[in-house]
Amino acid sequence: MAGAFWVIVEDDRQGAPKKVMAEALGEAARLSGGNVEAVWVTDKATDAGLTQLGEWGASKVWLLENAAFAPYRGEVWVPAVAELAAKESPKAIFAPVTSRQREFMARLAAKLGVGLCADAVGFKMDGDKLVGTRPVYAGKLLSKVAWKQMPWMATLRPNVFRPAESQAGKTAQVEKVGAAAAPEKLKFVERREEASTGLPELTEAETVISGGRGMKGPENYVILEEMGKVIGAAVGASRAAVDAGWRPHRFQIGQTGRTISPKLYLGFGVSGAIQHLAGMRTSKVIVAVNKDPEAPIFKIADYGIVGDLFEVVPALTTEFKKLLEK
Amino acid sequence: MKILVAIKQVPDTATQVKVAGDARSIETAGITWIVSPYDEFAVEEALRIKEKRGQGEVVAVTLGPERAKEALRSCLAMGADRAIHVNDPAFNDADTLTTARALAKVVEQEQPAVVFVGRQAIDDDMGAVGAQLAEVLGWPCAYWIMEEAIDGDGKTVKAARQVEGGLEVFDIPLPAVLAAQKGINEPRYPTLKGIMGAKKKEIKDVKASDLGVTPEPQLSVIALEALPPRAAGRIIEGDVATAVKELVRSLREDAKAI
Repeated sequence: MAGAFWVIVEDDRQGAPKKVMAEALGEAARLSGGNVEAVWVTDKATDAGLTQLGEWGASKVWLLENAAFAPYRGEVWVPAVAELAAKESPKAIFAPVTSRQREFMARLAAKLGVGLCADAVGFKMDGDKLVGTRPVYAGKLLSKVAWKQMPWMATLRPNVFRPAESQAGKTAQVEKVGAAAAPEKLKFVERREEASTGLPELTEAETVISGGRGMKGPENYVILEEMGKVIGAAVGASRAAVDAGWRPHRFQIGQTGRTISPKLYLGFGVSGAIQHLAGMRTSKVIVAVNKDPEAPIFKIADYGIVGDLFEVVPALTTEFKKLLEK
Repeated sequence: MKILVAIKQVPDTATQVKVAGDARSIETAGITWIVSPYDEFAVEEALRIKEKRGQGEVVAVTLGPERAKEALRSCLAMGADRAIHVNDPAFNDADTLTTARALAKVVEQEQPAVVFVGRQAIDDDMGAVGAQLAEVLGWPCAYWIMEEAIDGDGKTVKAARQVEGGLEVFDIPLPAVLAAQKGINEPRYPTLKGIMGAKKKEIKDVKASDLGVTPEPQLSVIALEALPPRAAGRIIEGDVATAVKELVRSLREDAKAI
């Protein structure tokens, strides 16, 4: 209905909405007093997925289902959602930050001729207007932004907003939109899977372990991965370690890599260059282990151990194991 | 083949940025300005295409104040052939869409086969201009590309974009907008000859009126703030076994983080 807050669904490509959707739906519900609708553009939705969106608080799911919607292509998605938005006049359009939403939301904003607040970490209603807060300069400063007109469009950083609690039995009205898919320009050739580490995705992980120059070489990351398996953490790296060729760039945390806000960040042999701190300083709890007591990362760490990571990491993994096996 | 590269001048990553007196912008005194790192990948990729094909023209374009000329000069020193500077105070409060609309006019005038951008500028961190430029132009685009290859007749580009868990590869008809991700290449350093040569290359100044656009920002910055300082942390003393036990206890009982 007109005036609703829309949340674009990010799914796992298998028909299930990702966990970050609970965060986006939760925040949209708080801002709108519960007037939240989901918009799901997919090649295949599942009943379980639709149920989940209802339990997370969506009163309605606009379902745009068409084989042509996968993989994501801007020229196919944008006209379909733009047409629906023109008809339904949502007050706001939110989406979690993911690789495709980042491009899609920018294009949709251009198509609708409205502002986009990318990577938001906070919102506040100021009277009847929305104000967004977003990190700039890779998190060195915070910028407050306002939109000239509706819909207010924003992408939301994972792990920042309080997720909606799943309410069993709450259902969403599912409205199928007979969306004709615009012809695609991008012809899909192939998907190349990364060698899976079996660990969570860096930007979405609730716990992140990071190894810096102190790791001494690529072969030593295995001890961090072992810890990652025990506590369910993603393993990242500092720019120094990436530039040394120890880890692929997709694992880089910092201003020219990924910006992360996990609930727990554990840095080993990370000195804490400005550009690295910028990429992780909004983590809720920061732990640093470094031989050098003067390492700048200790200035922002909640807990620090001055010591040799090659002694600390195995001992810590053992302790975590003991704790979590209880 | 003509290739346009849209770049942005930003503060160096090692710069400690501070909020200016107007509480809306940054204190610019003492800042070292650089070409945004992702844009360097974009410039490098464009130069490699030209070199591989043995012909072509690489045109760098930016929207920004007078000082942004230095960034264009850096691109020329790397090997770009000429540059266009959208230099008009009317764009002072430009948001991503305003910038994309202005660049679209430059693209319409220049008619390149490919536009390269960096995945995001590391000041505003919006990462939106490339996608919005494609939308305004009605061109296809691919974001966060890790590799590309343009076919011999210059009609199609095969590009691999980085997504969660892997790469997705597409054949894309040209013209198209491509946003470079780190890892696509290793940008060159300008040679002394390149730096000297750059001084003679053309940088054309362009105003809003030359482009026929009236900036109408849709998103405005109403305040810029420093991050709230983090509360002082604690160094856990003792031998490794003791310290590690205490750390795990603190994470579980005090911080409730595990």
